[in-house]
Amino acid sequence: MSTTIPTRPPESLTKNVEAIEASAHVVGAAFLGDVGALALADGRVLLRDAEGAISDVAAHPDAGLLSFASDGKSLVTGGDDGRVVATSAKGEANEIADEKSKWIDAVATNGDGAIAWSAGRSVKARDGKGKIKQWAPPSSVRGLVFAPKGYRLGVAHNNGASLWFPNTDAKPDLLEWKGSHLDIMWSPNGRFVVTSMQENQLHGWGLPEKQHMRMSGYPGKTRSMSWSHDGLWLATSGADAVIIWPFQGEKGPMGKPPRECGVRPAKVTSVAFHPKALVVAAGYDDGCILLCRLTDASELLVRPAGKEGGAISALAWDANGRRMLFGSREGAAGLLTLPV
Amino acid sequence: MSEKIPVTVLTGYLGAGKTTLLNRILTEPHGKKFAVIVNEFGEIGIDNDLVVDADEEVFEMNNGCICCTVRGDLIRIIEGLMKRKGKFDAIIVETTGLADPAPVAQTFFVDQDVQDMTRLDAVVTVVDAKWLKDRLKDAPEAKNQIAFADVLILNKTDLVSEAELKDVEAQIRAINPYAKLHRTQRASVSIADVMDRNAFDLDRILDIEPDFLEEGHHHHHDEEMQSVSFRIQGDVDPEKFMPWVQDLTQREGPNILRCKGILAFKNEPKRFVFQGVHMILDGDLQRDWKPEETRESKIVFIGRKLDRKAIEDGFMATAA
Repeated sequence: MSTTIPTRPPESLTKNVEAIEASAHVVGAAFLGDVGALALADGRVLLRDAEGAISDVAAHPDAGLLSFASDGKSLVTGGDDGRVVATSAKGEANEIADEKSKWIDAVATNGDGAIAWSAGRSVKARDGKGKIKQWAPPSSVRGLVFAPKGYRLGVAHNNGASLWFPNTDAKPDLLEWKGSHLDIMWSPNGRFVVTSMQENQLHGWGLPEKQHMRMSGYPGKTRSMSWSHDGLWLATSGADAVIIWPFQGEKGPMGKPPRECGVRPAKVTSVAFHPKALVVAAGYDDGCILLCRLTDASELLVRPAGKEGGAISALAWDANGRRMLFGSREGAAGLLTLPV
Repeated sequence: MSEKIPVTVLTGYLGAGKTTLLNRILTEPHGKKFAVIVNEFGEIGIDNDLVVDADEEVFEMNNGCICCTVRGDLIRIIEGLMKRKGKFDAIIVETTGLADPAPVAQTFFVDQDVQDMTRLDAVVTVVDAKWLKDRLKDAPEAKNQIAFADVLILNKTDLVSEAELKDVEAQIRAINPYAKLHRTQRASVSIADVMDRNAFDLDRILDIEPDFLEEGHHHHHDEEMQSVSFRIQGDVDPEKFMPWVQDLTQREGPNILRCKGILAFKNEPKRFVFQGVHMILDGDLQRDWKPEETRESKIVFIGRKLDRKAIEDGFMATAA
């Protein structure tokens, strides 16, 4: 075999997609075991069980759902009602916190049952046992992430990010960089912290030296990021292709150009790496979804452009990578099941 | 693409009557639903509308330029509101009395997502007829708020004599001759005069008020704040105009509070409309020149320490 030539037009998986009527902006998607869960902006959590039955839960009744996170067991959502709610695969909604009138702008989970959320200029972290600690960041917060190991929280704010140990009195470690930082990711090996910025770029820090990494050149804001299963690649939205930064070695992507895949005349709005292979799912602002394989740049069509529903706003794979859930800003959603 | 949500920015010095105006807007039977972004939660009691608490968090873009500030909390709140599109018809942003309107206005030009989803309908400034003279002496914010206004509500007119009123109006006009001005008592103004003005859409405002860019009868200027406007009877050359206006706003950005213009570009059937705040410019080709319209090019700058002669010479040199 010599080189593989990408097939165009892409081969299609559209027949493997089951449509789901979400009827509201899909804020996020996740799998809770076999159950697909969609966080909807009208305050509902929609569940699709393994048999295909659809039900919904009023996680934030009469309110808006703004933020979501999942640890694979429950879907944690934050609303403009000030409530943080964890919804299980069975549809039980548990209130985790009530910040009254404050919006819950970001939530995060780790695998041990810990949950963190931000409301205005306040960040709270609740460990698996239910003990809550609070910290006042320098500005309002739009991104939260737990470290891959240990009870530590990454907080994105204006002029940088902070790394906070909720269980110690130590001052959070400040990673400084001027500008407004939105979402935040922590690399699976714990070595890198990356934020997306208001200024159409990413900023990263190599830990513990706090070595700066500037990743720029985006025509739009990056609002979706995803690590590859091996932790060596970071896929990002915000351009007319998926921009994938290499994180091999000590220096991360510095001095190395990013990879690009899924180049189309539309902006990538959502990305999700396959949990077992170097395949990234890309959702675009025209509603198209592609699967792109990094090794040979081959593409598979999941959803054609131009269908009702607007931009793709959520993508999520199940744990073994057999199924993928997606949703759009105008309330379209679906479930892809890969052929065996 | 769905219709952009109009945003009204309500400003005015402490005690001028912003909250009274806001309550009037919200209680009038207009059948619309508003999302209201306020700074002091609980100050107003509204049941039917969505009220959001804001922080007035201003930040510099990372070029470090102090006049390229935007309101981070506004972007955050608008993004949140847009997830619930269809729940309201318009957004009202009430700023605190001490706020500089620039970062608010700039937010609508700088952030692409905000720009895609909303349009700044108008900056409405409430002015206290009785105390304005004092404020203009001791509060630079009050002057900025007037300079930024598309609509001015001269409130509490019952507390001053007609002569005093005329005097205050002259002072306002010296700062901003272009805004639509309404005299009111207890902020009693028709909603149509405040909302859905399309004041930032110059094209529309000129259809409603063709004299919008005329400087009118008030030629004396505030010694500090000035407005200058120029006209070319005919086309300008975009190859000359664009570099000139960009260079001017880059150099004089801190001194330029607002600028607006409508231009006839050489060999271009559509009108080019631009506007800006400090160094940030936003412009686009809009509708065609109508057959009965005279093709001409007009620009307006409101700011401090503006070199009238230099701007005039520079602009005239862009004539096609």
